[in-house]
Amino acid sequence: MASLVKDFTKGLWKEIPPFRLVLGLCPTLAVTKYAENGLGMGLAATFVLLCSNVIVSSLRNIIPKKVRIASYIVIIATFVVIVELTMQAYLFPLYEKLGIFIPLIVVNCIILGRAEAFASKNPIIPSAADGLGMGIGFTLSLVVLGAVREIFGYGTIFGLNIMGSSFEPFSFMVEAPGAFVCLGLMLGFMNVLGD
Amino acid sequence: MKEIIKMLVVLTLICAVCGFLLAGVKSATQERIEEQILLNVMGPAVSKVLKGSTNDLIKDRKKITIDGQDIVVFVGLKDNKPWALAYEVKGKGFGGDVGVVVGFDLSTNNLTGIGITTHKETPGVGARVKEDLFTNNFNDKATNLNFKIKKDDGIIDAVSGATISSRAVCSAVISGIKLYNEIKSNI
Repeated sequence: MASLVKDFTKGLWKEIPPFRLVLGLCPTLAVTKYAENGLGMGLAATFVLLCSNVIVSSLRNIIPKKVRIASYIVIIATFVVIVELTMQAYLFPLYEKLGIFIPLIVVNCIILGRAEAFASKNPIIPSAADGLGMGIGFTLSLVVLGAVREIFGYGTIFGLNIMGSSFEPFSFMVEAPGAFVCLGLMLGFMNVLGD
Repeated sequence: MKEIIKMLVVLTLICAVCGFLLAGVKSATQERIEEQILLNVMGPAVSKVLKGSTNDLIKDRKKITIDGQDIVVFVGLKDNKPWALAYEVKGKGFGGDVGVVVGFDLSTNNLTGIGITTHKETPGVGARVKEDLFTNNFNDKATNLNFKIKKDDGIIDAVSGATISSRAVCSAVISGIKLYNEIKSNI
């Protein structure tokens, strides 16, 4: 039980994907102009991560070693398409905002990375805990980064104006270079905080 | 040999199961996705052009075929009687096709107005054809007028610096007017 909790919580801080494992940086930079987009992307990726971890783990003794990557990609891609179609049908505005980054969840290194490093070598329940923890950690990172960029770049958070009318937006934050700088600063800050 | 067979079988099975699953999800969501695209992409333009209609414009759409092409026509009702119809036409713009919804009043056969749906024009320049200041040029106009920009001896005030985008909208409107009589007779 204790190891199960550990499998879950390591994704929330010690091995948080974008800042400790340094995985999944592409969507982290691209969709965090607004905190809401970060949240949407994080939840979509978490769903795919959880499902793929469970399936990969349950098939881990059946899939031959030599075709494992091909099999994982097929499984991951299937879940991503399911998420994409579901979003397009029920959450169209979010689907439009995330655009091409939804299908790009397939090549999100976190998902393939955890399938290879953990799910293929561990039973189903721990794999599910690992996937859930990593996914939530990823979502938290996206929301925090998105919130920082949105507050300084637009003066709003989740669409709510909190900086007042006299606020001069720091547009650098919502452009590509600002994303890198923000990410770097957060990474450095987390290193200072240590484990 | 046994190894190769196992690899083949496992991969084939995984792909087959995934394939079935995806086909199922796709057919389950197809109708709803079509609706959502219509609602979010066409919806605002159609509502603007058929303002005053009392019916659900998206639900009451009709699909007709003219010269082998499928056209979706939106019919506006007032007191349960059709008063106007609208459909989308495309014009070649600067960055690609510009989607224009043209609306016609069935009693006067006049153009009620236009709405822009999709485009790939330059933000801040060609994209400004989407704004009311330009599209209002087409409000309540008889269909026999010369819908070209003033530079081409027409009546439309183009967006400054966006000649090509303005021309695209005009050519779309002209082709839309050409289709009107045939579409009207099909409804």
